[in-house]
Amino acid sequence: MSTPVATDIREVLRTASASALLGDTVRTSIDAFSLPPAKSEEYRFLPLTRHLEKNFSAQQWVSSAPSQQGAVKSWLGTSAIAVTVRNGRVVSITGSHPDVTVLPLAEAKRTHGAQVKTILGQLSWSDPFTVLNGAAAQDGLFVWARAGKRVDVPIHIRHVHEATEAGASHVRLAAVVEAGAEVTLLEEFSSTGQAPFFQTQVVEVDCHPGSRLNYFRIQNDHGNTTHVANTLIRQADKSTVNACTLTLDGEIVRNNFAIAVDGEHCESNFHGLYLLQGKTMADNHTVVDHKKPHSHSNELYKGIMDGQSRGIFNGKIFVRPHAQKTNAFQSNRNILLSDQATVNTKPQLEIWADDVKCSHGCTSGQLDEEALFYLQSRGIDKKSAQAMLLYAFAADVFSIIEHEAIRAYVDALVVQRLYPTA
Amino acid sequence: MLSIKNLQAKIEDKQILNGINLEVKAGEVHAIMGPNGSGKSTLASVLSGREEYEVTGGDVDFLGKDLLAMAPEERAREGVFMAFQYPVEIPGVSTINFMKTAINQIREHRGQSPLDAVSFLGLMKEKMKLVEIDQSLLNRALNEGFSGGEKKRNEIFQMAMLEPKLAILDETDSGLDIDALRIVSNGVNKLRTKNNAIIVVTHYQRLLDYIVPDFVHVLYKGKIVKSGTKELALELEAKGYDWIKGEMATL
Repeated sequence: MSTPVATDIREVLRTASASALLGDTVRTSIDAFSLPPAKSEEYRFLPLTRHLEKNFSAQQWVSSAPSQQGAVKSWLGTSAIAVTVRNGRVVSITGSHPDVTVLPLAEAKRTHGAQVKTILGQLSWSDPFTVLNGAAAQDGLFVWARAGKRVDVPIHIRHVHEATEAGASHVRLAAVVEAGAEVTLLEEFSSTGQAPFFQTQVVEVDCHPGSRLNYFRIQNDHGNTTHVANTLIRQADKSTVNACTLTLDGEIVRNNFAIAVDGEHCESNFHGLYLLQGKTMADNHTVVDHKKPHSHSNELYKGIMDGQSRGIFNGKIFVRPHAQKTNAFQSNRNILLSDQATVNTKPQLEIWADDVKCSHGCTSGQLDEEALFYLQSRGIDKKSAQAMLLYAFAADVFSIIEHEAIRAYVDALVVQRLYPTA
Repeated sequence: MLSIKNLQAKIEDKQILNGINLEVKAGEVHAIMGPNGSGKSTLASVLSGREEYEVTGGDVDFLGKDLLAMAPEERAREGVFMAFQYPVEIPGVSTINFMKTAINQIREHRGQSPLDAVSFLGLMKEKMKLVEIDQSLLNRALNEGFSGGEKKRNEIFQMAMLEPKLAILDETDSGLDIDALRIVSNGVNKLRTKNNAIIVVTHYQRLLDYIVPDFVHVLYKGKIVKSGTKELALELEAKGYDWIKGEMATL
């Protein structure tokens, strides 16, 4: 059964897809498109559909053009390739490195068509928001790191959302990390204005044999932003992924993060930290799919919920029949700081191979009163003592970030969030 | 320095302290002894400001101020230090890291400017020597994976750093072998001056061979039932706590 909203949206998406990056590919999926129904298992704890239908008219679901074209300077200075994306449109790329190509996707489709084709739209999965994004995204970024080369400057992508009036933006990131290459991607999200704003993102990264991907995200949208990200990574033999997501603000943040370990002797480290306050809802759904033997995945997600915020975690580990000698580790830990904050956490392991090591654990609770008293008894005020304990709880999540300046920046954001302002 | 008058306290519905009276002057070392469950640790906890205990009566005056009205951190800033019987383990927080915050918050309270990194390091090195503790231990997460002796030594190191006016050592000898006991006691003795006071809460006399008290008090059923000099501790050791229990029963 179609709701009137769904019918309208399909019509709007059909129109939008005419100029979308994946317009031709996605057209048939639009006919079957619908938002996750209220009882959908994947969106059980997140009232995303209701929220979208209530706050946005069908027209507002597709991209709003940015009113400004200016570049945002990277705090990494000139030691980064700085990309500014406004409402899903790449408006500026500054800096370069001989071993990597960084281009707006729309342009790359024309100039590097063969390479783009190997990744764009290749990793999409069943989430309806990948279809929505495919039909609506007009632009995005293409990153192509050359075989055997280490790109020693991070690519810093600043996504700015102009939320001065209700609207939406949809963006894609397609990256190819060739054999033996290494690249660091940092995506940072922020917004101006307080109007409801809906943002989807699809990230596809293909990690060729022996490559190394460092992928970091800072989600710091303000106000009434709804952010739905689908990050899809494919790993070939002996590749390594180090990923970390920091979620601070936004009204609703949904991260679908999926790694397909389609090679042997891979390493996948993916961490997440959500420090929520107010009424923010952050939902991290992760999947690591071990398809081949001898790989190692390590997942660590931690959350601190204050105010009336809500944290949701769902971590799936699949170990396919052939993926013997897989070593998969998952941990989700949560601290609730207020009576009105909530957390829902669910590990989900499906293991078909018999010679594997898998472990998982999830905890949620309050701050350790004994530890708090101990610090106070040394003369430290309660708020600082609390901040100190929370910082210690959070710090091992972002210690995964090897790039010093990025780690220091994330560290500062965490400190700013946790320590009381004097 | 410290004047405890008719102190009564309970935890949940259980009355534990039934009217403690104690006067401690600068330069003195007082030992508080007593059988299990007599209220020794409760007294230490109430003085340091643990929230679980409810004070139901009495007063505690510390250098002219109402100690019981202060939050735990205020007590520490005013110069009260508690060496814990069971120091907690805090993953991710190193001793050095939180000591720096503690010292600077205490200094701020006293109207002093914060210590810079060099001065802090200098102070630390000096105190480390005093209690024979290694820096690698202080760089690690607080008490995580420490032996019993290392935890207690760390307590005394913190005491040395904070230079309290009144230190309360809560069963500092528990879980220590003879060597660790000697090192910890030596540290405490080096910190004794005529300006500070120490309350040693202990079950056994052996700690008092090292930290020699000026006064010994016996706590029983939440009251101080006997006070004397260090000889009282020896008498207790010889006769056992049943002696006290017997004496109380005949009263």
